[in-house]
Amino acid sequence: MASISTSGVSSGAEPNSIRASLLSIRNVAKSFGRNAVLRNISLEIAEGEFLTILGESGSGKTTLLRIVAGFESASAGELWMGEERLDRQPPYRRRVNTVFQSYALFPHLTVEQNVGYGLRVAKRPDAEIVSRVAEALDKVKMTPHAKSKPSKISGGQQQRVALARALVNRPRLLLLDEPLSALDANLRRQMQVELKSLQREVGIAFVFVTHDQEEAMVMSDRIALLRSGELEQVATPREIYSRPATAYVAQFIGHTNLLKGEVRGGVARCTSLSWPAKFPDGPALFSLRPENIRLVAAGRTGDAGSVRLRGKVLHRAFHGATELIGVEAGDGLVLVVRTSGSAAQDTVELEFSPDDAVPVRESPGRV
Amino acid sequence: MSSETVTIPRSSWLLLHAVAVFAFLYLPIAVLILYSFNGEGVGGFPPHHLTLDWYRTLFADGPIWDSVLNSLQVAFAAMVISLAFGVPAALALDRAQFPGKALFRRLVLLPLILPGIITGLSLLMLFNLTGTRLSLLTIMLGHGTALISVATTEVFAGLQKLDRAQEEASLDLGANYWQTFWRITVPNLKLPIVGAALLIFTLSMDEIAVSFFLIGRDNTLPLEIWGRLRRGITPEINAISTVIFIFSLVAIVFWYRLRVRAEGSADVMAELSEPTSP
Repeated sequence: MASISTSGVSSGAEPNSIRASLLSIRNVAKSFGRNAVLRNISLEIAEGEFLTILGESGSGKTTLLRIVAGFESASAGELWMGEERLDRQPPYRRRVNTVFQSYALFPHLTVEQNVGYGLRVAKRPDAEIVSRVAEALDKVKMTPHAKSKPSKISGGQQQRVALARALVNRPRLLLLDEPLSALDANLRRQMQVELKSLQREVGIAFVFVTHDQEEAMVMSDRIALLRSGELEQVATPREIYSRPATAYVAQFIGHTNLLKGEVRGGVARCTSLSWPAKFPDGPALFSLRPENIRLVAAGRTGDAGSVRLRGKVLHRAFHGATELIGVEAGDGLVLVVRTSGSAAQDTVELEFSPDDAVPVRESPGRV
Repeated sequence: MSSETVTIPRSSWLLLHAVAVFAFLYLPIAVLILYSFNGEGVGGFPPHHLTLDWYRTLFADGPIWDSVLNSLQVAFAAMVISLAFGVPAALALDRAQFPGKALFRRLVLLPLILPGIITGLSLLMLFNLTGTRLSLLTIMLGHGTALISVATTEVFAGLQKLDRAQEEASLDLGANYWQTFWRITVPNLKLPIVGAALLIFTLSMDEIAVSFFLIGRDNTLPLEIWGRLRRGITPEINAISTVIFIFSLVAIVFWYRLRVRAEGSADVMAELSEPTSP
């Protein structure tokens, strides 16, 4: 088929296109010496959204955040906030505030003075500073500690102060650099929920950096998955989970089975399995989530149109509500299947719907 | 292996050794203080006729107090000069990247190991060349330049310990570079700066080598004492030495309390017990 190329049309399909764009990151690249940390990053951040930049350590996520904050300058590309070219402004002129990983509270100032710092340097009237600081401290439930020095409060409390200190300035965008990484698991889960509801309440766009895919899934409106300095996929958590664009995304977020095969004449083939697939001919890679494979009771007929197979159970891993079992499906193909019951038998019959085998791009380089 | 405790056999020699070392360090000071109360001059053992006469003589001695005043002025000026140049130098070494930085660092720190004779002599030659009359001012300049390296090393060490994220947080919150420096960097450097100031002050107060070359008509205290010693030792010298000793002690206690307040006693104790790095 001949395709008409429409050059100049942005291909950034925005699921949240109802919201106005707040920050536009355009073709940003960064290298330290010969080491390219970010390559050609383009990303639109919408007004009021919770966007998570997810990636392993060394993927360049913190560098990207620091470029938006203004602590690093991009080697190439531009940042636009509305009509304003942001990347030419020093950090103190950007209506962007940051919650640092180490919180970076000022040790010589009290909690109250820390929170009031931005308003004080902006020379707001005293009465306004007092009331806005009180309001911000109240919002993060830190009013009783207003007069304490940062060294006298706990990590979780410091975290809240850092949040209040940033939000009190009413930024248009709040950047959070792995703010929960120093907290223990329980507090962390609690803060995830609180942070999310706080974001809804204040309506400020959050850009949240984390390496924790679960955290990203729980909190975000959209996830931008960064790998080795390049964006792999930008989508809603649901979409990124159910329709991963690349093999890397499929593996990074949740468990998956990667089926390597080929498509010929509208039929996908992988080892002895085959199913109808409306994709162009050629080698193909499919992601099949463990929960999309069902156990079928022996002898019973499964759903029409589903792919059936039979295999031997190799291993089981109990995960509480569910169990992950590894099934040898012949020709060296091992599928991981999520079951809710306890499948005691050694040989099982399985089925999956062809729609759940999501074609993914091969991720070049290391996986 | 690791649970085994190694016990060093207690040796009476160790105790003896310790006593000897402490005696060597502190006995002369104790004797010095003791004889400042001795009615019969510096000779004779044991001391007789305990008296405060030497202190009375000391407090009535005009030239001594003139020299103390001179020394205080010199020390204060040296402190201002060396901090004014040393702090920016430390900031440059910590933050700026510029060609010849390694050379700059060595040049700034060189006076630290340079003998006072070299510094004094070279400055003397410079002042001769420019036709500057030797006075307290030349000593101030001499001490000031010689002690810049002290200010630089102290403040540089403080800067290295500073959390840079705090400065970024300040910029992020809308403070420009200048505001950030005064509101965040300087308060966090208070301790090293005060420490450097105290160190420079005391080093200048008892400096002899550089002062010796640059002295005009007004004596500093160490040179005044030195001059009197050549005419023979009197317990009045012991008395002024005792006064200096007490002042030093007060300064040390003041400095210690300041650090404890700023850092918490545990940290200070840990640092004091650490071997000092070169």
